Amino acid sequence: MFKRLISLELKSFFRSASFGKSIGLKILMGFLGLYFTAMFLLFGVGLYSLIKEYFPNEIPIFLANRFVLIWLVLELGYRFMLQTLPVLNIKPLLILPVKKRKVVNFVLIKSLYSFFNFLPLLIIIPFGLFNIYKNEFETLPVLAWMLAMFGLTLTVNFANFIIKKRFTDNLKALVPIAVVGVTLALLDYFNIFQSSVWFGKGLDKIIEQPALSLIPVAVFLLLYKWNQKNLEGKFYLDGSLKTKVKSADTNQFLWTRRFGELAPYLQQDLKLIWRNKRPKSAIFMSLLFLGYGLFFYTQDSYYDNPWFFVFVGIFITGIFMLNFGQFVPAWDAGYYPMIMAQNIPLKKYLTAKAGLISFSVVVLTILATPYVYFGWRIFLLNIACAIYNIGINTPLLLYSGSFNRKRIDLDKSPFMNYQGTGAAQWIIGIPLLVIPVLLFWLFYKFISFESGMIFLVTAGLIGIFLRNQAIGFIAQVYKRKKYAMIEGFKQKGD
Amino acid sequence: MITATNLTKIYSGTTVLNIEHLNIPTGQSFGLVGNNGAGKTTFFSLLLDLLQPTTGSIFNHDITVSQSEEWKPFTSSFIDESFLIGYLTPEEYFYFIGDLRQQNKADVDALLANFEDFFNDEILGRRKYLRDLSKGNQKKVGIVAALIGNPKVVILDEPFANLDPTTQIRLKKIIKELTNQGDTTFLISSHDLIHITEVCERIVVLDKGVLVKDIMTSQATLQELESYFSKELQNEA
Repeated sequence: MFKRLISLELKSFFRSASFGKSIGLKILMGFLGLYFTAMFLLFGVGLYSLIKEYFPNEIPIFLANRFVLIWLVLELGYRFMLQTLPVLNIKPLLILPVKKRKVVNFVLIKSLYSFFNFLPLLIIIPFGLFNIYKNEFETLPVLAWMLAMFGLTLTVNFANFIIKKRFTDNLKALVPIAVVGVTLALLDYFNIFQSSVWFGKGLDKIIEQPALSLIPVAVFLLLYKWNQKNLEGKFYLDGSLKTKVKSADTNQFLWTRRFGELAPYLQQDLKLIWRNKRPKSAIFMSLLFLGYGLFFYTQDSYYDNPWFFVFVGIFITGIFMLNFGQFVPAWDAGYYPMIMAQNIPLKKYLTAKAGLISFSVVVLTILATPYVYFGWRIFLLNIACAIYNIGINTPLLLYSGSFNRKRIDLDKSPFMNYQGTGAAQWIIGIPLLVIPVLLFWLFYKFISFESGMIFLVTAGLIGIFLRNQAIGFIAQVYKRKKYAMIEGFKQKGD
Repeated sequence: MITATNLTKIYSGTTVLNIEHLNIPTGQSFGLVGNNGAGKTTFFSLLLDLLQPTTGSIFNHDITVSQSEEWKPFTSSFIDESFLIGYLTPEEYFYFIGDLRQQNKADVDALLANFEDFFNDEILGRRKYLRDLSKGNQKKVGIVAALIGNPKVVILDEPFANLDPTTQIRLKKIIKELTNQGDTTFLISSHDLIHITEVCERIVVLDKGVLVKDIMTSQATLQELESYFSKELQNEA
């Protein structure tokens, strides 16, 4: 039976709609995987000698133990964001004569083969071997330590699923736990109560008493059982297999009414962004990247190369534009035939999108005003970049949207989600960011900083002035490519 | 009036639709019947300019659909769930369509009031997003949305599928009432011969993309269609 489930799994991988389509992306992910593997392995191999060199008075394994708790918490954090138990795939198996326990075990055991469980091994094994090789301790205790560490990794693996089950619907319930966690972290940081050290001391005991290593293993097995029970109990259509239904707030965005003709479209787009996971994350990203300027404005070395601030300015004021705009009109992929058959002139549709993007640029520029602290030049340059974004980059992005053929499922999680990403998305970044920087640099180099700024503003204003014509032209392009877009957006699968 | 001339759609050598000439006068309720793959949805998609014809063209009230967007204000349609916006509630969706068709909230509300029966209390005021409704209820929303704004042409692809019996009967009533008023052209496809003969004045049968029968509905039509579609079975026997 297991064999059959595995073959199903393989088929779903090789037959997925996008397999082979986005080779470039696969290669990129492959490189990332290799990179992390290499880094972890390097760290694992080097850890022993590093500790020996920088902390000659410490016993390496005991020192490492003190950081285990912090590592585990971080691991839980990123697993929480990136790793999910793929329960939905088992829905078709519900009515087939397959024992529930088998399917549940399959899903759980499959999660063991995750990359996240493999990475820590790259540190644990070489580090443990070094300890044995250097005869720091007997072989058996070190092996027990390695077993315990792997047990802890797997404990985190399964603890994550339990936590996710509990809290994904109800993030507020996480607050007290977060408060406790932060308090412990602060106490630890200010050396008041060092839970990480106490945890480390507990791990040290394993070296004295190898049998203690069975505790983490037992915890892992217990969590496995817990998950198993959890899943078995919910192996019904109305249990974990059901997609969640949220109650709708119907009074949202009524204020957009005042925008006249474009109001229905704007309202539509705002609902799109607010009610779907992936576009919503674009907003949070934008707010996060507002802080991006701090990396550059605080460093004196960049003040000799002010062209770099153009890049920062375009980026800060245009991050939402980039995030949202690059997937226009793929956001509407799910109902693109309707958009095309309804009484929606393409030009109006695009004008509304451009309006929304311009609005976001204005808001981000206002939010970026505190950067005036770093000087008026930066403040004015950001405004110039914003005008350039509105006038030139917005129409450019909409134009690039006509190359979009890949559907976006709005509800999929935004983390590590490359759905809808194709070569077009990568290529369009170049003119959007590089052209303004390059042109500014030319003006700055041969005339002055101010002239560069005036250039950006003028280019932007010309773009705003000609926006109507530009969008008319873009609408023609969309119209020409309409059939290919409808066809492309129909293709489901990640 | 809708006219198709020399209309073909060919996918990599396979002809999926080939209509030499078809004329649907204004106000007619027009039924399209045929087995799977007969080209019904293809025809509707061509009429809505969602597909590009390989040859020929379709005129919707003298407008070439693939050249101009002018047919959109008076044509409405419901083909499948890709015509619904999943993250809207039914009300929001109706108002949005109303906005697109220059109907204010009151107009839409007035229209929806006529469909209270049809919705059977499962659609309005439930604070549910369209993506969370059952297939049948989604279909109801799509059909009613296609009637907003007094369109001159209404295109419904298999409106009876997925509906419960009571709703099927109600839908037939609604379509008959609207066609009796005269100036709305209805284009409906269905696999249900009884329903379609009941609501349509004229029925066209497609087989592998070719128009094989064009009947003005009468008492004998249902029988004629049934014997046509059971022909192959009889041949086997």
